[in-house]
Amino acid sequence: MPSRDKIARRAEQEIIAGQVVNLGIGIPTLILKYLNWEKRVQIHSENGILGMQSHCSRETADRNLIDAGGGYIDLVKGASFFDSSLSFALVRGGRLDIAFLGALEISARGDLANWMIPGKYTPGIGGGMELAQKARRLIITTLHTNRKGQPKIIESCNLPLTAKACIDRIITELAVIDVVDDQLKLVEIAEEATLEEIVEKTDAPLMIPDRNLPQF
Amino acid sequence: MNKVTNIIDAISIIKDGQTIMVGGFGVPGTPFMLIEALLQQGTRHLTLIKNEANEPHLGVSKLIEAGRVDRLITSHLGLNTTVLELMHDKKIAVEFNPQGILVERIRCGGAGLIGFISDIGIDTVLSQNKQAITLNGQKGVVESALRADVAMIHAAVGDDLGNLVYEKSARNFNPAMATAADIVIAEVESIVNTGSLDPDTIHTPSAFVDRVVEIGKLQDEYGILEHHVFA
Repeated sequence: MPSRDKIARRAEQEIIAGQVVNLGIGIPTLILKYLNWEKRVQIHSENGILGMQSHCSRETADRNLIDAGGGYIDLVKGASFFDSSLSFALVRGGRLDIAFLGALEISARGDLANWMIPGKYTPGIGGGMELAQKARRLIITTLHTNRKGQPKIIESCNLPLTAKACIDRIITELAVIDVVDDQLKLVEIAEEATLEEIVEKTDAPLMIPDRNLPQF
Repeated sequence: MNKVTNIIDAISIIKDGQTIMVGGFGVPGTPFMLIEALLQQGTRHLTLIKNEANEPHLGVSKLIEAGRVDRLITSHLGLNTTVLELMHDKKIAVEFNPQGILVERIRCGGAGLIGFISDIGIDTVLSQNKQAITLNGQKGVVESALRADVAMIHAAVGDDLGNLVYEKSARNFNPAMATAADIVIAEVESIVNTGSLDPDTIHTPSAFVDRVVEIGKLQDEYGILEHHVFA
């Protein structure tokens, strides 16, 4: 299974029945492929939808029904539409149970940088800061290292922050890591990974419990 | 009062140097016909307020590519590499806002408020140059309200009094922008007789709308973007 799919499949297990969920672009959107709809979750899209389903086919595409990334979507039963102001009231007001976002850098204290590489990648923040700061639980789904093979989890972020100390859990193709009391704690290891590999590819202090960790 | 007018008359009130709000989030809710008419009119040195800049050669991107826009107040340009290049080449000034803060600034402007206090982005570069404030023990920054000279919005249905109904995800920024400009021009896909809309279903009340333009048969720009069909 490709790394991105492995991350998405594991991330799906974080979603509890009945939750209001937001999925960022990239790996988070891939969670839809593995989502157990029997959980009856309501997926929020920043452009004013609660209850979006998956991307739909050309035949059922509606010119007025897209997600925040521009893709044409279906709805689940009970879906609703609203304007952008209410959409972010839902986020900032505490009604978003869980959000999944990608990362460029993650700090040892759970800071997130995912929106800007000065001079190279400056598309603007979109809804990312509000999701990162205000979702009741923030899960980062990301490859453990960047395209150059360098650790994304580092002592402190070099890139401009999206939000400080916002992350609850990090899910990569190698590990599940929690942010607990401003420290990173290893909680699960991928079947394909070794402890040595995780430590080598994580450039920040990592608490490793003195017991056999669950695999995924 | 009948607010229905033709598109050229409606757009003629927009002058060089004005600030224009444009509704839409992607294709849904973007007033493509009003944008095209503004392009044809040749108005220059505009400040645009829009969630994003559509995509290259589409919607407001046409105005920007034609050099009509000096400044863009927006949230995200990830789907428009052309405008990002113009920004890097300093052909256009861009001010980025968190998306919910952008719409809230517009909502505030429309509600007759001067600004509001928020903690979004307080630990980031976006809080630079904003007034810091502590209220009830919570740290925040002051976000100023946004208003425009003219708002151009898109609705599915309108009546000749100016009541508007939006459709699905085409609502987005349109209702807030319809409250936050000195003159509000709405393009609508169809006009119905005043009195035929159920008052409970009206999204924007007529008092906020100054001019209504019926756009008739939808041009291709309003259709499906094939590169966004993923399944």
